[in-house]
Amino acid sequence: MNSRKDPKLPVRPSGGVSRRGFVSGLGIGGGALGTGLLEKEAVAAPAPANLIGPGPAAITLTINGKPVNLKVEPRVTLLDALRNYIGMTGAKNVCDRGVCGACTVIMAGKTVYSCAVLAIDAQGKNIETIEGLAAGNSLHPISAAFVANDGQQCGYCTSGFVMAAKGFLDEHPNPTMDDVKHGLGGNLCRCGTYMGVRKAVIEAAANMKGAKNG
Amino acid sequence: MASAPDYSWPPMEKRKLIGKPIKRLDGPQKSTGRAKYASDLKPQGLLFAAYMGSPHAHARITKIDTSEAEKMPGVKAVHIINPEGTEIQWQGMEVAAAAAATEEAANDALRKIKVDYEVLPHFVQEADLKQAGARGKAAGERVTGDPDKAFQDAEAVSEGQYGIPVITHCCLETHGSVVQWQGDQVHVFPSTQYISGTAAGLAPNIKVPIANIQAHMDYIGGGFGSKFSPGKWAEVCAFLSQKAGGAPVRLFLDRKMDQLIAGNRPSAFATVKLGGKKDGTVTAWESNGWGTGGFAGGGSPPLPYVIDRIPNARQTFTGVSVNAGPNQAWRAPNNQQAAFLTCCALEDFAAKIGMDPAAVFDKNFAYAPDARVETYRYQLRKAADLAEWSKHWHPRGKGASGVVKRGLGLGFSAWAGAGQASQCRATIHVDGSVVVDIGTQDLGTGTRTVITQVAAETLGLPMGAIKLNIGDNSLPVSGASGGSSTVGGVCSSTRKAAMNALVKLFETVAPSLGAQPEDLEAVNGKIQVKDTPAKSLAWAAACKKIAAAGQISEMGENVQRSPGGLNTQGAAGVQIADVSVDTETGIVRVNRYVAVQDCGLVVNPWLAQSQVHGAVIMGLSTALLEERIMDARTGRMLNPDMEFYKLAGINDVGDIVVHLDIRPENDKRGIIGLGEPPAIAICAAVSNAVANAIGVRVPNVPVTADRVLAALEGRNA
Repeated sequence: MNSRKDPKLPVRPSGGVSRRGFVSGLGIGGGALGTGLLEKEAVAAPAPANLIGPGPAAITLTINGKPVNLKVEPRVTLLDALRNYIGMTGAKNVCDRGVCGACTVIMAGKTVYSCAVLAIDAQGKNIETIEGLAAGNSLHPISAAFVANDGQQCGYCTSGFVMAAKGFLDEHPNPTMDDVKHGLGGNLCRCGTYMGVRKAVIEAAANMKGAKNG
Repeated sequence: MASAPDYSWPPMEKRKLIGKPIKRLDGPQKSTGRAKYASDLKPQGLLFAAYMGSPHAHARITKIDTSEAEKMPGVKAVHIINPEGTEIQWQGMEVAAAAAATEEAANDALRKIKVDYEVLPHFVQEADLKQAGARGKAAGERVTGDPDKAFQDAEAVSEGQYGIPVITHCCLETHGSVVQWQGDQVHVFPSTQYISGTAAGLAPNIKVPIANIQAHMDYIGGGFGSKFSPGKWAEVCAFLSQKAGGAPVRLFLDRKMDQLIAGNRPSAFATVKLGGKKDGTVTAWESNGWGTGGFAGGGSPPLPYVIDRIPNARQTFTGVSVNAGPNQAWRAPNNQQAAFLTCCALEDFAAKIGMDPAAVFDKNFAYAPDARVETYRYQLRKAADLAEWSKHWHPRGKGASGVVKRGLGLGFSAWAGAGQASQCRATIHVDGSVVVDIGTQDLGTGTRTVITQVAAETLGLPMGAIKLNIGDNSLPVSGASGGSSTVGGVCSSTRKAAMNALVKLFETVAPSLGAQPEDLEAVNGKIQVKDTPAKSLAWAAACKKIAAAGQISEMGENVQRSPGGLNTQGAAGVQIADVSVDTETGIVRVNRYVAVQDCGLVVNPWLAQSQVHGAVIMGLSTALLEERIMDARTGRMLNPDMEFYKLAGINDVGDIVVHLDIRPENDKRGIIGLGEPPAIAICAAVSNAVANAIGVRVPNVPVTADRVLAALEGRNA
């Protein structure tokens, strides 16, 4: 019933042997031999030490600059790793498949839907989540602008919007309203907070620039 | 003894917090991701559940084998929801569920459950009534006056067919809960619009006394009418927890299941004929409608809407049973359909007689309830001003030349919105701290904020002095957040509780101020003799005097039948859509949308405006994009997702102009709920604006590009 775990990227550790590579390396085409035999051969062969999956694998994620060790199956998405394994629940699972942006985080400086990234592929890259946006009880200027302009109602899309705004403003520090309407188009809200979000992003841009200049 | 407290709202000019644009209190929690929703909870030992539905729209379950699933590593419980022999009536209808140590294992377990079905014939498309056959159940014809004669005598008759489809709630947080069933106690952490009713809703299904069920919720990720009851899923979650030896279980539907079974808005189609005079007065109405709310059939929207005193009318409505998921209340049930059918027919009548629809609407507002006639007319003028109607409106299809055509369209709404039954407890402690306890919930509407405003205003304290507890069924009972009834109910009960507590405090401190209790007032953090700041006690000093009693704790109650002037019902609204339609691509863009809304006393205009923005944006999404698409051949929903079930994005809605009608005469009426009224008229206004732009009616919403092109080419779509 669940279509969310659809790993698009093959598991292929660098320098090692992936399952797919291993099977094709046997030099057996699928035509003459039944796939049953192929599978038996594959299973019977000893697995190389650096093959990971399908069981849990130890991985290290860099989240908000800090290393986090965990064990997850290779099919686990970055979103599920954050929510179900690490306990960081700011990013939300809404659409199940990379449409709505509620799970937005910034990975290696790029805004991504964390439900469309495998946790194992997120290794070695700094992952910025909303939990890392501000220390203690202070509000990051973007969060503050969302409060000041009521860019939130039920709040379930808000974390994603704030992170999308962060990624957008990192690249476009001086946006026009038209830029905002296009730049935040990858996030959906059901309560209808867009009027507030638009103003919040413009205000945050102004405040962040002010802070830098000051 | 002091006389009965005066609970009435302070006069407008004396209000310090009520009526002020105060920011939402839980805003920082939400904008930092710290707000914890039920779907975020991960108590120690949490199991993850997965929920399985039928792939067939109509079938009988002939065999279920869960043995393999139960043996899977990590799987702690498997539960059959509908046993062998059950007749499935819609795709997604529950079959089984599993709980496991990880979400991955729970989903794997479902894949190992073997279910055999005897597939049966289905019927899933209701748009063409002729195909419904026995699946349609006609309600009796309703006749007022003499419609046949009225149509005969009419100077003009217009006729049209209109359709508004089934849409889904698409709450961003899907339906579900975390449940832990330990011994004879059940702890529920739901995503609900009705925390006080959660235990009573769940108890009979799991056969546990209501008293043994504790329910708690801090935040909810959207409801819109679909989250009043705990849902089958909460019951299943409880059974899984029980089977797993009392471990907490988290069961939230995945998006596909949520789209299939967790609620939708019924469709409505109708042919509508209007007859009347060439001065715009409608004298006769005839409508033959149909629609579906799922397998159970469909309810009939109230027609004609608002202008229901048209002297001659005939109407029929056929509810159609389809093999698709059941409906739930959807932000103003039946009203959007009724507004759409009525306002489109009225606009087509105006086009038929070549009159400005604003004039025709104005004339026929005479058929609205007496008390509202002038309100609608005032709102129509106001909306027309804000939309620059006289500048931008043109006769249907007679705008400027060019590929992109601009048009304006009207819609109107009505809603009751009386305050719900609500109880509140206000406690003043000896150290001056104040607690307000109320068993309500904040859906993102701002309920926390308005309650705090009322309590603080009543006690003469700043917002920060009030500690508010909501979202728990151990608190004084309040109603479900539905029917736009919350704000009126909770503000009234809070006002009374806080005032009752304050009167007790006055009685305690009056002797030390040398005054009678009824001569005291609470302002600016002081208890003082009325208008005599010199004779006063600071709040903290006053509260020290209740040491003997320990605390003052008083209840307040809003009783629906006697709200005592604190809240009332009956909200009117008029809205205008301003659109541009590209006649080559068929794409409709909203330039501007004007919403004029009366809503009595507005506790927080800032949050009220957000409610109207939200209602309009949701409405624009339904008018332009949203539709449940069923496949006749397979009986399946083709877009049970958020990819092809389209929601409007930040660039899909134009500018929204909100005018809250906060005139003193409205303020005097008391509080009226605002969640639903502004969500009603949007499909009507947009459809009318498109007709005005391109010169022909696009019969069905959403007004998608293909439908626009089809209408322009004279095709049926």
